[in-house]
Amino acid sequence: MSRYRVAVHIVPRRGILDPQGKAVADALHSLGFDGVRDVRVGRHLVIDADASEPAAAERAVRDMCAKLLANPVTEDFEIANVEHA
Amino acid sequence: MKFGIVKFPGSNSDEDAFHAVTDVLGQEAVWLWHKDHDLRGADVIILPGGFSYGDYLRAGAIARFSPIMREVVAHADRGGLVIGICNGFQIACEAGLLPGALLRNRSLQFVSEQSRVRVENTETRFTNQYAPGQLLRLPIAHGDGRYTADDATLDRLEGNGQVLFRYVNASGVVDPASDPNGSMRGIAGIVNDRGNVLGLMPHPERAAEAVVGSADGVALFESVLASVSV
Repeated sequence: MSRYRVAVHIVPRRGILDPQGKAVADALHSLGFDGVRDVRVGRHLVIDADASEPAAAERAVRDMCAKLLANPVTEDFEIANVEHA
Repeated sequence: MKFGIVKFPGSNSDEDAFHAVTDVLGQEAVWLWHKDHDLRGADVIILPGGFSYGDYLRAGAIARFSPIMREVVAHADRGGLVIGICNGFQIACEAGLLPGALLRNRSLQFVSEQSRVRVENTETRFTNQYAPGQLLRLPIAHGDGRYTADDATLDRLEGNGQVLFRYVNASGVVDPASDPNGSMRGIAGIVNDRGNVLGLMPHPERAAEAVVGSADGVALFESVLASVSV
């Protein structure tokens, strides 16, 4: 077993109203960032876990997302990074 | 009839629910601690409002893993009655007892006000003592009340008569502009397809006596009593 650090992004699903993202987009526009088309505000989790190999650590975190960390009705997640902790 | 009222760490509407069912309706009630493993013979379970587990991660996400929730889900699977109010609605959705999810209010603001709600279906175990289309004043107090589901789910809920309450304006009309939280199709409360699990964001237990501004919530509990005695 080795210890891995898995980073995961969880964001509101595209098409679902994200009022936080909209507020941030409006603020960016008011600052002159005219190129901003869409902002979604989500969560970034960093999980240290013991596993036999990187792929196993990633599988475990995907399972965690499906069962608890993300809401399957409204959110998408993606594994951002897996590295030795 | 015996009501079981669950206390999660962070529940704050539990005492209101207890008062409503015992002092106002004259029924028996027992407390159920979130770590309990049995329902102490309760016929109807109330998941009360509040901020269980600080709303960490998502409102209701952690509470659904409480030991008591295993018993509540089993009770619902047996056809037992469950009422999820506000945070209890969020917990019921997270636990898979009801479809959909409750997201951050469209305004990003916590809303605490007397809402206007219309009764959409009176042929249920939770609404049979209301008149069709009856307009109610029920308080709301939440930051995450925007009911959200995909179109297929919303169509199914409407087709089956599972939408029991909608937010309406002073004229009794669903109006996105006056909707307090941006819920899809103005949905304030739904029942599961089997008709034994209710979830709603407004607080009927805080509208149980005229002295607090409204007694419009009483008929919801009276509906439950009537449905069981029939």
